[in-house]
Amino acid sequence: MSKEWPLWEVFIRAKNGLAHKHAGSVHAADARMALEAARDTYTRRMEGVSLWVVPSVSITASDPGEAEALFAPAQDKVYRHPTFYTVPDGVKNI
Amino acid sequence: MYTTELKDKSQKQAATPLSAEDPERLAAFEARVAADDFIEPKDWMPDAYRKTLVRQISQHAHSEIVGMLPEGNWITRAPSLRRKAVLLAKVQDEGGHGLYLYAAAETLGTSRDEMVEALHSGRAKYSTIFNYPTLTWADIGAIGWLVDGAAIMNQVPLQRTSYGPYARAMVRICKEESFHQRQGYEIMTTLAKGSAEQKRMAQDALDRWWWPSLMMFGPPDDNSPNSAQSMRWRIKRESNDEIRQRFVDATVPQAEAIGLSIPDADLKWNEARDAYDFGAIDWEEFYAVVRGEGPVAKERMAARVSAREDGRWVREAALAHAEKRAVRLAAE
Ligand SMILES: [Fe+2]
Ligand SMILES: [Fe+2]
Repeated sequence: MSKEWPLWEVFIRAKNGLAHKHAGSVHAADARMALEAARDTYTRRMEGVSLWVVPSVSITASDPGEAEALFAPAQDKVYRHPTFYTVPDGVKNI
Repeated sequence: MYTTELKDKSQKQAATPLSAEDPERLAAFEARVAADDFIEPKDWMPDAYRKTLVRQISQHAHSEIVGMLPEGNWITRAPSLRRKAVLLAKVQDEGGHGLYLYAAAETLGTSRDEMVEALHSGRAKYSTIFNYPTLTWADIGAIGWLVDGAAIMNQVPLQRTSYGPYARAMVRICKEESFHQRQGYEIMTTLAKGSAEQKRMAQDALDRWWWPSLMMFGPPDDNSPNSAQSMRWRIKRESNDEIRQRFVDATVPQAEAIGLSIPDADLKWNEARDAYDFGAIDWEEFYAVVRGEGPVAKERMAARVSAREDGRWVREAALAHAEKRAVRLAAE
């Protein structure tokens, strides 16, 4: 069996002012073809004004097994949120 | 349905017994799924969950792709430019659906080539509905109305399926499906209001597609062995019979509204159940089609295989070109 075309991750900017968001993946021989395939596959209904394609192998993801170590410490730092602080009644604009 | 548990030949025995897996991880997994949490590609999952998903999602993808054939058959013969543009867009959507789903299955560690190979060698299944021929233009109406209608009924609950990439693919697909059913119903409406001959054509298409459409939801619940497990894992969210009943209840009035009659002498409104009673489904026919004895099963597979083989040199050339360019760019 011949080699498969590499996999690319597709990101779409829905409109200017918004960030690119992951939409899915496509197989393509090169970046140009990945863009064209992404256009045909993910933007048939005006879903976007800009596309990014990134070789899937280039993405480094965090390990879900480490999610707790990575993200849980933020949980006991409620003082990072404004609701942690008391403001006297009647004080405004703060 | 597209995702009916059709056993493939690789599934002789159930996968790894659940008991062989780390009971603590398994319990944590079950709890997450029961709490309607989503499972993502890198999360730990039981082997049987992974295997069931790969089978179900790839079967669904194959159905979308093979499903392009019966309708593609009429693109060049659509009766007007409007109908042609619509049908072309619809068939292109189905191709997209197949691609979203293959990509979702690939996140589980299977490759596109493996899945396509499984389909072409006859190991993997696809929905039985696509092994019926499209004899007249009215069949395009009946497919959009009934087959896409049935697909929607089945796919809407799958937007909340427990595997994240599958659920996200289903959200996209459901958004795109809604015009598919309407364009089919519009074709049927136009024919039903046309000349006596056109109306006959519409009725004939309904007569031929009605029962196969009901079979799309899969075997009755009491004969659907893997359903309970799949429901528990939220891979399936409603039973075959429940969705089938909902489809019948929704579709009968639509047929009446355009003066067509459902080909079922036992069809009757049941006041007490607040639903339609309907006649017995010929499951022998269903299983025969599953076994590959559908009227055009061989043509369907031959078309897929030759598309793959005829395009092989193009895929290889594109890859060779890309590799050569990468080397040249690196040298610059
Ligand atoms: Fe579809
Ligand atoms: Fe569709």
